[in-house]
Amino acid sequence: MSPILQAGVVFALGCYAVASLLVLVRLLRGPRAQDRVLSLDMLYFHAMLVTLVLGIHQQSDQYFEVALLIALFGFVSSSAMAKFILRGEVIE
Amino acid sequence: MNADVPLWVEAVVAMLLVLSGAFVLVSAIGFLRLGDFFLRMHPPALAYTFGSWSVALAGVIYFSVLESRLVLHPWLIVIVLSITVPVTTLLLARVALFRRRSARMADTPPPLTAPRGP
Repeated sequence: MSPILQAGVVFALGCYAVASLLVLVRLLRGPRAQDRVLSLDMLYFHAMLVTLVLGIHQQSDQYFEVALLIALFGFVSSSAMAKFILRGEVIE
Repeated sequence: MNADVPLWVEAVVAMLLVLSGAFVLVSAIGFLRLGDFFLRMHPPALAYTFGSWSVALAGVIYFSVLESRLVLHPWLIVIVLSITVPVTTLLLARVALFRRRSARMADTPPPLTAPRGP
C-alpha cells in the first residue's frame, strides 16, 4: 500500500471521527427526540463508512458484509424509533 | 501486502476517500449548526449520497484492480441506502410535523386533507 492511499485512508477516518463527534454534540444537545433519532442514524452511517474504509485498508472483502448489516440495522432501528415517537407503539 | 496495484489507481482511490471524508464532515457541521429540525434534515442527505457513493466507488475500483476482475458488490450498499434512507427521512419528517401540530406551535402547515372551504 502506497503512502498516498495510506494518507487518504487516514484522512477519511479522521474526518469520520470528527464528524461523529459533531453529531454526538447534537445528540446530547438536541432539543427534541427527532433530532436524537436522526443523530443516531447518522452515527450508524458513519460506523458503516468506517467499516468500508477499513475494508479497503486491510484489502479484505469480509468488511463489506459487516457494512451491509450495519446499514440494515441502522434503517430498522431508526424507523422503529420514529414509528414509536409517531404512534406510541412500533407494531400496531 | 500486494504490490500489484498501480500507483495511479491508488491515487484515484485515495482522492475518492478524501472526497467522502470532506462531504461527511461538511454534512456533520451543517447538522450541528442549522437551527430548525426541518433545516437540519437536509445536510445528512449530502453524506448519505455523495459520501457513500465515493466510498463505494473507491471500493469497486480498488477491489476490481486488486483481484483483476470486475467486483461490483460494494455498490450494493449504495442501492440499499437509496431504498432505506428516504423511508427513514419521510418517517422523521412526519414525526416532526406531528409533534409540532400536537404542540400547537405557530406557523405549522395545516393537514392537506382538512376541509378548506371554497
